[in-house]
Amino acid sequence: MDWINTVLQGVLLGGLYAMFAVGLSLIFGVMRLVNIAHGDFIVLASYLALVVVSHFGLSPLASLAVVVPIMFILGYVLQRVLLNRTLGNDILPPLLVTFGLSIILQNGLMQVFSADSQKLSQGELEVASVSMGSLSVGVMPLIVFCTAVVIIGGLQLLFYKSSIGRAFRGTSDDQHTAQLMGINNARIFGIAMALAMAVVSIAAVFLSIRTSFDPTVGPARLLYGFEAVIIGGLGSLWGTLAGGVILGVAQAVGAKIDPGWQILAGHLVFLAILVVRPRGLFPRSVD
Amino acid sequence: MLTIKNLSARYGDFQALFDISLELQQGETVAIIGSNGAGKSTFLRSLAGLIRNAPDAIVFNGAAVGDKPANQILSSGIALVPEGRRLFPSLSVEENLRIGAYRKRPGNWSLERIYELFPVLEKLRKRPGTALSGGQQQMVAIGRALMSNPQLLLCDEISLGLAPTTIKDIYAALPSIKADGTTVMLVEQDINQALAVSDRFYCFQEGRVSLTGKSGEVGMDQIKTAYFGV
Repeated sequence: MDWINTVLQGVLLGGLYAMFAVGLSLIFGVMRLVNIAHGDFIVLASYLALVVVSHFGLSPLASLAVVVPIMFILGYVLQRVLLNRTLGNDILPPLLVTFGLSIILQNGLMQVFSADSQKLSQGELEVASVSMGSLSVGVMPLIVFCTAVVIIGGLQLLFYKSSIGRAFRGTSDDQHTAQLMGINNARIFGIAMALAMAVVSIAAVFLSIRTSFDPTVGPARLLYGFEAVIIGGLGSLWGTLAGGVILGVAQAVGAKIDPGWQILAGHLVFLAILVVRPRGLFPRSVD
Repeated sequence: MLTIKNLSARYGDFQALFDISLELQQGETVAIIGSNGAGKSTFLRSLAGLIRNAPDAIVFNGAAVGDKPANQILSSGIALVPEGRRLFPSLSVEENLRIGAYRKRPGNWSLERIYELFPVLEKLRKRPGTALSGGQQQMVAIGRALMSNPQLLLCDEISLGLAPTTIKDIYAALPSIKADGTTVMLVEQDINQALAVSDRFYCFQEGRVSLTGKSGEVGMDQIKTAYFGV
């Protein structure tokens, strides 16, 4: 029963990793941009939530109503003003610019908020649990996992059933021909980044309730995100959820064997999958 | 409807078009013929906004659109069927058609009418666009352009690499397309095909118009001279 509990905790944690990853996957899928600053945007959103919580006295979950729209707009503006200018045949400029953004964000946050660890408190909900047979499952991890499923399901619908989703996929296939369909690539990229940032801010608030954060933890978050994307297969949204779950379970099982093994076990499983399935478990059929 | 005045285009140091001027009336079908490298495709790409020009080099319905990007050109009513079809590989046939209506203008074209025009596509609609034969892909590419309800349809080498019977099937759709008053400009390497379906033609040679006239009224010898430049 202990092991079942461990795996279940890992699965639920995987939902959080999938939320880190889905924004990365979306941006890479639509515009072939690898956002090195993704993890730092998670931290930025956490601090934004912290400010909203402490100034307006909202609970962290309620602060999402403010944080998500702000990050959505920030994502759109960032893409239109800065990142669109870096896109082209060369993949190096966007890497360098987002790497620079990562450094700017870390140092900016350090300057404003100091290096002290912060945490958001959701009160009793954090310790609430429900019993499932002999298992006891935290309510918060369940909420996180269900949110991840809803977000990924929603993005899946958006991508495969809507006009803008077709525009995303068409632009991803062939930017020049997409323009001939009346698609404004710059705007499509802006919307993709805005969506990614909206998802990032939800993941950020959940993460800040779960564990403490400081201005320098971004790159570690980015790493989990990358691993989940690559395990799942680039460009596949449900694959990203699977990738997050596999990573979460590996970490939980690793920690069960020995607490020092938690992070290592995740990386080892990632490497093992990379060796066996270099394109991930559910790669998109067309690249 | 369309007035082109002194249109020039260059790729870096290489000038592909020199001062092209021509006019198009509503409802006409005009063919652009010429050998490889004569500048035909560059000309269509300029009209579609993939190559930017001086604003008043292209005047469409009274508006100077020469410097507009491709996505705005489409909204103004010019759609291009690009050379090589260029369907979106991750979209199904039906999605490829629907994406053509992303910024559609008001008009009569719909999925149903495209399937009437090219009945073979209806049972293939769930397939990936690029899993079709060349001729079927060309039908999707034409349908996709029509979904935006263009006033002017530009077709770049739609018969290239296709079997003669397939070419016949595709050109059989032309009368239905024109029936709505759509103006059509065709780029073709196949002179006979181009002259058979067009009202007028322009022959390009090394980036300049070497001959123009009514299709069927100009002798083949004269056209061949203009075509090859000998």
